[in-house]
Amino acid sequence: MADFEVPELKEYIEVPKYKDGTMAHSSPYIAKEKFQEPLGYPGELIENWEEKAIEKMGELKGKYRSFQVFLDACVKCGACTDKCHYYLGTLDPKNMPVARQDLLRKVYRRYFTFAGKWFPKLVGAVDLDKDVLDEWYSYFHQCSQCRRCSVYCPYGIDTAEISMAAREIMASVGVGQKYCNEIIGKANTIGNNLGLPEPALADTLEGLEEEVEEDTGVAVKFPLDQKGADILLVTPSADFFAEPHVDGLIGYAKVFHEAGASWTISSYASEAANFGMFIGSYENMRRLSLRVRKAAQDLGVKRIVFGECGHAWRVAYSFLNTLAGPFDFLDPNYPVPQHICEYTYDLIQKDKLKFNKTENDHMTLTFHDSCNVARATRMGDKPGGQFDIPRAVIKAACNNYVDMPADTIGEATFCCGGGGGLLTDDLMELRVKGAMPRMQALKTVTDDYGVTNIAAICAICKSQFTKVLPYYGFTMDQIVSVHQLVSDAIVLSDATSDDADDSGEEQE
Amino acid sequence: MSIEVNGKTLETDEEGYLADLNQWEPGCADVMAAIDDTVLNENHWEVINFLREYYEEYQIAPAVRVLTKAIGKKLGKDKGNSKYLYELFPYGPGKQACKYAGLPKPTGCV
Repeated sequence: MADFEVPELKEYIEVPKYKDGTMAHSSPYIAKEKFQEPLGYPGELIENWEEKAIEKMGELKGKYRSFQVFLDACVKCGACTDKCHYYLGTLDPKNMPVARQDLLRKVYRRYFTFAGKWFPKLVGAVDLDKDVLDEWYSYFHQCSQCRRCSVYCPYGIDTAEISMAAREIMASVGVGQKYCNEIIGKANTIGNNLGLPEPALADTLEGLEEEVEEDTGVAVKFPLDQKGADILLVTPSADFFAEPHVDGLIGYAKVFHEAGASWTISSYASEAANFGMFIGSYENMRRLSLRVRKAAQDLGVKRIVFGECGHAWRVAYSFLNTLAGPFDFLDPNYPVPQHICEYTYDLIQKDKLKFNKTENDHMTLTFHDSCNVARATRMGDKPGGQFDIPRAVIKAACNNYVDMPADTIGEATFCCGGGGGLLTDDLMELRVKGAMPRMQALKTVTDDYGVTNIAAICAICKSQFTKVLPYYGFTMDQIVSVHQLVSDAIVLSDATSDDADDSGEEQE
Repeated sequence: MSIEVNGKTLETDEEGYLADLNQWEPGCADVMAAIDDTVLNENHWEVINFLREYYEEYQIAPAVRVLTKAIGKKLGKDKGNSKYLYELFPYGPGKQACKYAGLPKPTGCV
């Protein structure tokens, strides 16, 4: 199946002995001119790139204090060394978070610290040259920016920020990543990462309306560009396109229907995922965020709800107000923005949704905490809401639920292996190997408790698992959307028992 | 990178998709399939033809549910599901079939 060795799943995760250079060959395709220039980057490696890269590093360290603190603070305690899923899956010591940081830190020291300027060898400082750049390109695309290492670092050093900075520096001298930059270009021009134009989106949503009505006898709507709707749903475009994502989208629509809510999707901002974050670019992240603001204003909505998308929720929850605020034109009685899980959970608390949980009795579920939801956001009004609320939604819809081992969930969750701009076929070896710790935990609950399915609230996690589960002896359809479980169990109150006639009455 | 189709050399990108999608002709699908050690039969062609029709109208590959529904109508309900499509295109109907059919690669979190 693979032209590389798939890690063996053992009884528990062993900290492996390192093997030098196992992933030195791994490097995603470089973005060509046509993907670089629209984002404001040079089309290829520029002539005086060394100088410009150092200049950019200086600029970033001035802009983001955290970046400089993270570069200065490491004391090489080693707490992070065995915390990265890519290290555990590949054994490559440069995938230890401290070693990954050091790839950039050694250059930072050379140009920005007294000791590094005068006694480079004493402090491991090196000049920036093409070999260093190539190594950056390889290993900063072996970090999914999941932030697990930062949980264990006594100083809270966040390798994700260092990876983002490294990618921003590289793109600014002409070495951007094809996967991310092509996608950002599509979102900027068409409105979503897939490049799904409005007519195709309308056709797809119409098809879903037909499908749901055939299944349930109820005319559940999937409104598009409906001016004056109360709620704007911003969801990853994978929800329109792929499985199991689309089953989650059907779940959101059924929840809105049951709540009697007026809601709409926007074709202008038909994407929740913000790949600007992956490449560390404030400008690109902002440009994408402003589309959401414009759509909300043009449609005149009162609320914004985000669908199941991990990194999107980080940008939405943590950065949206800074990037595209203030959102004083929205209803202040609701969080700006709100997560679809919060929305559904709230209705469950108010007893407004009815479930027939036996519909999901053929499954025993577990929940994969997506890295950016777990470690960079919250849900609800209590600490840990981002862990409790999705689980509460699952448990409202399912009778059989088991958590994976405690050191693999919650804030200690392992990344799916495909986050942070790495969900591309040219990094398949890395993705498969990096999924090992999560697969290990899934195997444990499969063996011990008969878990049959794993639910997630992130488009990347869902696509990644679809792809990597078979490498580990599972099947691709074992990954499900949380709102797919909701969709299958929710009782639509206007469903007629024999669904012979449909009154067509819509709650407003 | 490039492929040879009916005596013509057609440029492809790093991932084997046609650089200029307007150059597509049916022979491209057979040549690309041969690279993946696959021989295309009429079932493959049902999918490829539908992809092309849809692409001509919408400039994008159809979503999985649009595709399964259409194939189900053409080939029977038992075939209108992604399991069947994965049997035909083991690298994923979205990507492998799009490549053969001369469509752009679906991008994003898919």
